[in-house]
Amino acid sequence: MRAMSEEYDVAVVGGGLVGAATAWGLAREGCRVALLDEGDRAVRASRGNFALVWVQSKGIGLAPYSAWTVRSSNAWAGFADLLRDETGFDVCFQRPGGFHLCLSDKELETRANALKRLHNQPGAVDIKSEILDRTQLIKMLPDIGPDVVGASFSPLDGHVNSLRLFRTLHTAIAARGVRYLPSHRVEAIAQEGGTFRLATSQGEIRAGRVALAAGNANMRLAPMVGLEAPMRPERGQIVVTERLRPFLHHPTGTLRQTDEGTVMMGDSHEDSTDPSGLTLGVSAKIVERALRAFPLLAGANIVRTWSAIRVMTRDGFPIYDESESHPGAFVVCCHSGVTLAANHALTVAPMIARGALDKSLVAPFSARRFYVQATG
Amino acid sequence: MFKRLADSGKSVALTVDGRPVDCRAGDTVAAALLAAGVDRCRTTPVSGAPRGPYCLMGVCFDCLVTIDGVGSRQACLVPVREGMAVETQSGRREAGR
Amino acid sequence: MTQASDLAAHYDLVVIGGGPAGLAAAAEAGRAGLSTVLFDENPGVGGQIYRAITSTPVADRAILGEDYRAGSDLVAEARTGGALIANGATVWSLDPARLVGVSIAGQARLIQAGRVIVATGSLERPFPIPGWTLPGVMSAGGAQTLLKAQGLVPDGRTVMAGGGPLLWLLAAQILRAGGRIEAILDTMPRRNWLRALPHLPDFLLSPYAAKGVKLLREVRARVPVIRVAELEAVGDDRLREVSFNGRRLPADLLLLHQGVVPNVNLAMAAGVAHEWNARQLCFQPVLDEDFNSSVPGIAVAGDGAGIAGGTAAAERGRIAAVAAIRALRPSAPVPDLQIIRQRLQREEMGRSFLDWLNRPADSFRQPEGDTIVCRCEEVTAGQVRAVADLGCEGPNQMKAFMRCGMGPCQGRLCGLTVTELIADQRGTTPAEVGYYRLRPPVKPITVAEFASLPIAEGERLAVEN
Ligand code: FES
Repeated sequence: MRAMSEEYDVAVVGGGLVGAATAWGLAREGCRVALLDEGDRAVRASRGNFALVWVQSKGIGLAPYSAWTVRSSNAWAGFADLLRDETGFDVCFQRPGGFHLCLSDKELETRANALKRLHNQPGAVDIKSEILDRTQLIKMLPDIGPDVVGASFSPLDGHVNSLRLFRTLHTAIAARGVRYLPSHRVEAIAQEGGTFRLATSQGEIRAGRVALAAGNANMRLAPMVGLEAPMRPERGQIVVTERLRPFLHHPTGTLRQTDEGTVMMGDSHEDSTDPSGLTLGVSAKIVERALRAFPLLAGANIVRTWSAIRVMTRDGFPIYDESESHPGAFVVCCHSGVTLAANHALTVAPMIARGALDKSLVAPFSARRFYVQATG
Repeated sequence: MFKRLADSGKSVALTVDGRPVDCRAGDTVAAALLAAGVDRCRTTPVSGAPRGPYCLMGVCFDCLVTIDGVGSRQACLVPVREGMAVETQSGRREAGR
Repeated sequence: MTQASDLAAHYDLVVIGGGPAGLAAAAEAGRAGLSTVLFDENPGVGGQIYRAITSTPVADRAILGEDYRAGSDLVAEARTGGALIANGATVWSLDPARLVGVSIAGQARLIQAGRVIVATGSLERPFPIPGWTLPGVMSAGGAQTLLKAQGLVPDGRTVMAGGGPLLWLLAAQILRAGGRIEAILDTMPRRNWLRALPHLPDFLLSPYAAKGVKLLREVRARVPVIRVAELEAVGDDRLREVSFNGRRLPADLLLLHQGVVPNVNLAMAAGVAHEWNARQLCFQPVLDEDFNSSVPGIAVAGDGAGIAGGTAAAERGRIAAVAAIRALRPSAPVPDLQIIRQRLQREEMGRSFLDWLNRPADSFRQPEGDTIVCRCEEVTAGQVRAVADLGCEGPNQMKAFMRCGMGPCQGRLCGLTVTELIADQRGTTPAEVGYYRLRPPVKPITVAEFASLPIAEGERLAVEN
């Protein structure tokens, strides 16, 4: 029922993992999709993520987030198979179970308390997590150093090759006829007679619906369609070694070995929105902890570091919303673009294709929660 | 592939994959390998293709070898030392070596 | 030898690179009383042009030529000037606040610099032909290094290919050293002459004209020179043959060279603004007449500032040093800049002619099909072109999709090729496409070295919160 003036059923704004997964899901539903992106130097979290499909500790303070995460984690294997069938690329999804290593008794205690809180929340789902002491842990991770006192473990945790996922999604959407429009930064959005007109740096794009999947830029874009996306971006840094023979067969929250052999180390949080900067001492701390966790890495060469701006909503939980003032406008926004990719492609995109979010699944993630709290 | 212009300089003995190789003070490990006729110093961690020194100035990283047990060292930047043990590398490096 | 622990925490001037620009800069700054350290990655100073100048086993001066010997004076000048010269010192980080990360013998240090002169010189332009990764294929610059530093002369069947002054100079040096060259395969398009010709008068006035003509004659008299439009290194586990113009030549060694380009990695990682040089087909830093970059206190001198050759590099190093001296110690005596600038101008004359004459053919810069572009990650030209067709507009997205530029060489051997391929495939310019975003460490350092760096409390809390 596309109006004549509309080129597309849906314009997805943001060409990162969230936008690409959503665009692919929409194309699978038969929608004509335009994917609007910025240029080569865009601030892009998808190029700097840690590639975990992670369940542990997700949802403290919002139990439905835990269930939502588990849903995606459970859907991931099927999602990866679909992508392989379409593109021939293996995104190397694995779910061997993951660890959160603790380097002091205090860290272990904090961790145990956090998981207890998660478990005791009303509506919590069972993520089968457990706390392991050093003796139990060393049987599963024989290379840990003497400073590792224990860990938490969940068999639901896994990881993928996220850069290959990124390329695979872009290959898949191209094959499905999604029009990818790089260097189309969206400046303004207006709705006229049911048609969205998106003013970009390279002219106007018209679509029946619009899905904002632009990460932190949703903060700027959402108000254009009567929605809010309160964000608090932060910078994270990642350090990567040369390719090594496989020695670590489980991901940990801050260190993992990729299918290519490189070891990624990460997890820092800085108040900065400058992706080109890098704080050497922060990377040094990341590496120092990695070395204490796995002393056999001492001689490995670090070949790369990078910093990226995390997409972070104000409370850290996703935002899925639809506009009342601008029917047909949606926000899809979250920190965990890899973990939740399966949900975005297979659950959220079909909702947008149908024109309404399924409240039974995503109502807890409306940005209204910020205002309810603010007034209540 | 290469011959020495003048056989001057102090002789230095090292081993390459356990085999004794005689070279000269002032050689880098890469030069010593090439002078000894070793044109392959590693296979790549991606496809396993053989590689040898290419740039000899530290920018290409094709000359990576294991020196005295430490992997992935740039042979073209490391001067030879008496008794040095050089090993050619195959594929990905082992963590801890 | 200087150890990492011998270094002070602060120097007035840190010079990075021990080629002519770095040596001249260190000499001037040391003489003027600035506390100065020069870091050089190689076992000895001299850079690539004066490689092993203090230790070369090549006793016969005629082999390497008098121009090479000129490097001795620069080294002597730098040594008497009072600067600390640290060899085997790899600078892996430089930030906009002039904090320098350096490693010596596996020990990492962070050094604060009042001013920095980046003199990291040039490297050879990538020469991506089929088979260029095979053992037995080397860069001509590499072979020249072996000759200068170790007195190693190619033995067996040697073929040289490409063009540019260095290729011809090396050919002459190999011949003088008693080596043999089966053939020189000249890849420079003949029509280059058309664009070079208007610049010929300038070139004839430069010091290079007479030398160049003599060199070409010397080589052509003894080696067949064949102009080729296509070139391939053939072999399974090593080079066996060189294929060109439908012919095959058995070969043990193929030496490739198609000019040099600025080594931009460190300056780019420090945030120095760069621009595309359409004549020299490379990125170069944006600099003022004193070689100051867009980052306050960081200058780029030598060929890293744009290719002009070794003698010009030294003059540029002096100019950058004088600027540093004036900023830090205005009362110190400095040499007459006017005279230095005049000498520099004379050296730079004739560059246009050489650049146009030695402009590598498009087909040797923008390969097709299965030719490997990124040697580290083994990414082919065809793959890069296909991903550009997906809508990938620049090298950073390309890197994310294909991993090109992610290996240990950090794009030094593929960066220009990837930029040019994307531009070619998308019908735009390299200036528009841009370059990889570079970050420290620009040279690999070990986990243990990185972990040993100082960590401030706030930096700790950014990780352990
Ligand atoms: S030969 Fe290129 S880095 Fe050593």
